[in-house]
Amino acid sequence: MYAAIVVLTAMGLSLGFVLGLAARLFRVEADPVAEKIEALMPGSQCGQCGYPGCKPAAEALARGEASVTLCPPGGRALAEELAQLLGVQADLSGVKDAVPMLARVDEDLCIGCLKCLRACPTDAVIGAAKQIHCVLPEACSGCGKCVDVCPTECMQMLPIEPTVRTWRWPKPVLAAA
Amino acid sequence: MTTVTEYLLLLLGTALVNNVVLAKFLGLCPFMGVSNKLDTALGMGLATTFVLTLAAVASWLVERLLLQPLDIGFLRILAFILIIAAVVQFTEMVMRKTSPVLYQMLGIYLPLITTNCAVLGVALLNVQEQNGFIHSLFYGLGSALGFTLVMVIFAGLRERLALSAVPAMFAGAPIAFIVAGLLSLAFMGFAGLPTH
Amino acid sequence: MILRLFRIRGGVHPPEHKHPTASRPIEACPLPARLYVPLQQHIGAPAEPVVQVGEKVLKGQLIGHAQGPVSAPVHAPTSGTVTTIAPHAAPHPSGLPVVCVTIEPDGEDRWESAPAETDPFLLTPREIGERVAAAGIVGMGGAAFPSAVKLGAATRTPIHTLIINGGECEPYLTCDDRLMRERAVEVIDGVRIMLHGTQATRALIAIEENKPSAIRELKRAARIDERVMVVRIPALYPMGSEKHMIQTLTGRELPPGRLPADLGLIVHNVATAFAVHRAVRFGRPLISRIVTVGGGALREPRNREVLIGTPIEDLVECCGGFAEEPARLLMGGPMMGQVIPWNAPVVKGTSGVIALTREEIHIGETRACIRCGRCVSACPVGLMPLEMASRIRADQFDGAVDHGLNDCISCGSCAFVCPASIPLVQFFNFAKGELVARKTAQDKSQVLKLMAEQRQARLEREAREKAEAAARKKAEREAAKRAEQEAAARETGT
Repeated sequence: MYAAIVVLTAMGLSLGFVLGLAARLFRVEADPVAEKIEALMPGSQCGQCGYPGCKPAAEALARGEASVTLCPPGGRALAEELAQLLGVQADLSGVKDAVPMLARVDEDLCIGCLKCLRACPTDAVIGAAKQIHCVLPEACSGCGKCVDVCPTECMQMLPIEPTVRTWRWPKPVLAAA
Repeated sequence: MTTVTEYLLLLLGTALVNNVVLAKFLGLCPFMGVSNKLDTALGMGLATTFVLTLAAVASWLVERLLLQPLDIGFLRILAFILIIAAVVQFTEMVMRKTSPVLYQMLGIYLPLITTNCAVLGVALLNVQEQNGFIHSLFYGLGSALGFTLVMVIFAGLRERLALSAVPAMFAGAPIAFIVAGLLSLAFMGFAGLPTH
Repeated sequence: MILRLFRIRGGVHPPEHKHPTASRPIEACPLPARLYVPLQQHIGAPAEPVVQVGEKVLKGQLIGHAQGPVSAPVHAPTSGTVTTIAPHAAPHPSGLPVVCVTIEPDGEDRWESAPAETDPFLLTPREIGERVAAAGIVGMGGAAFPSAVKLGAATRTPIHTLIINGGECEPYLTCDDRLMRERAVEVIDGVRIMLHGTQATRALIAIEENKPSAIRELKRAARIDERVMVVRIPALYPMGSEKHMIQTLTGRELPPGRLPADLGLIVHNVATAFAVHRAVRFGRPLISRIVTVGGGALREPRNREVLIGTPIEDLVECCGGFAEEPARLLMGGPMMGQVIPWNAPVVKGTSGVIALTREEIHIGETRACIRCGRCVSACPVGLMPLEMASRIRADQFDGAVDHGLNDCISCGSCAFVCPASIPLVQFFNFAKGELVARKTAQDKSQVLKLMAEQRQARLEREAREKAEAAARKKAEREAAKRAEQEAAARETGT
């Protein structure tokens, strides 16, 4: 009886001691996975995922608190990359590639208030006070922050029109094989 | 028979003929759970190999040096689980340091090696069959290699299954179970191998 | 001298269907009511229009200026009035519009300048390149890569052999065959000009053995120059592919991502050689080409010399119209051609317009792949189409790339032999497009990330400067106050 108690206690203590030593020896400072995730993220800090920016979102992902499908601008491609990195099976059927949108200024309504210019996370809006603003399509991430702040509703999110250069072949649809 | 041949046969016997997964049906949880991708399955197999071999040896030592002399055999399962848990924790720390991506990929299945019945099963079988120290070591190693082999084979099969046109009602887990059954049947063929 | 030929892998023998058009001479096509000249008919940047709406243009006048290093100018195919410069349906499977200059012909067909013959062999290679570029010549086999860029590569890497592609391995198409038969002297002249332009030591004109008359005519015409050699090559699809022609003639396989110029070779089409002859010797830009109008749905399949910009409808009309409603209208041959909209115009790369009937397409219902491996033995690149397609179907694009998707030339041999009628080429085109889309998305995301970081840095700098300015002001105010107090104290003290 006493022998059993002594033996188990001794085993527990000694194993605990060894593990404590190991924990010191193999300590990991930063979470390298979070950094890797952040490198994959779009980095426009748009906040569409519900986290304040790409870094907090990456940390949440690394902790396993968020789904790999959290990033709408990244779309399906990013979700697949994240799933690959984290080794999770993501249900990608739900992630429709959000139709890529671009902001556009309706020049009849713009009053040149500079609000969208300040809100844009990628400095894609150019303009000056009392001058009609303009969106640079190549710098627009399509986050829609400017739409929220525009006082005259002149900012619109419009889907990108496909051209001969951006058109891609669709996936062949097969009858149930 | 020389000792070398004997140990080689022991390895072969435990890895193929008495395969832990497909002949003894131990460790089915990671077998089904972590076999979606070849890399992950190989990582899981290697981690389990490390844990299983180390645990087999450590539990043999505890059995012979503590439990038997003090006549407290009833503590066997408790003590073995303690050892296995400690070894798994140790493996986890090492892996997190050396291969964070694999650590992330294995996820919950890494701590779950603790409850992998193959690990405890091999330790208990060693006691039951009253194996010697070296014998226990090879028994553990052979079982672990068998486990890794089956994991890799099954993951490879599942990677190909993902590409094939499986009827909707069998897609996913059902076809995986069917394939596992076929694989088990195939491994029964090894029963004819002479192991003596 | 007999050249040793080398075998290529795979390949298929599709039924030729060449006889309805091969036996008839090339005929001209009447002026259509309107010409739609796309500003982008080539690989690279689109041309920039240099004419205004309402402007009168003459035949051969420049209407679109080349933009950037890889581009080609566009010329007016006839004299007339520019009515619009607006998007019009492009000869592209998407059916999306591209900007076209619409010209209403005045019927006079008046040239901008009288033909002035120059001796091309007195020009320097650089001048030949400039003339080819100014004439807007692009690869006329279908790829439409600006020819001057290819010729210009010869100034950077030495070229020893000029290969002239007269393979025409696609079924139905006979435009190159007729061109070689009827204008052999001009073609040989173009080849000699290109030899001079590239400073290559020999030219090999490779013609498939199923065109004996073309081989005979060209051999006769080539007697004037011992550097030019006509080579009879086996008739096998896709012999007309640049990579496979090189392999057949030289035994060397073009490594992935390398250009023929890296092997000291340059490949041009026979029609390009003819266009070079016209451009360099007579200063005429590329404004017309020979098009095979064929297929079972047509009443009078013919080879026609067509002005660039002629709508397909008019072209079909001048070939007697349709005998029956075509099930599919293709630009190019049936193996690699693209489905195009009815109202699209003929462009520089249009080798054929093929209207196929339902019986000619004979596509069965797609069935499951049974891994018979016929596509593997047919693939001329040595890939495993079935493995690539199964991965693409499961959206595993990286797996498909590992199986060589980027080396696929989309020749369609695999889909041709597939007994289960699996649309393999569509799968590969889809995956290639998806990979490009992904790459562009990643590039954009990199740009956005950089912009976001720069903005963050700017905001921080502004905040810091503001804080510093505030601190400085505060310090100044306090200093002023202290000075005041001190002054006051001194005053009271004295």
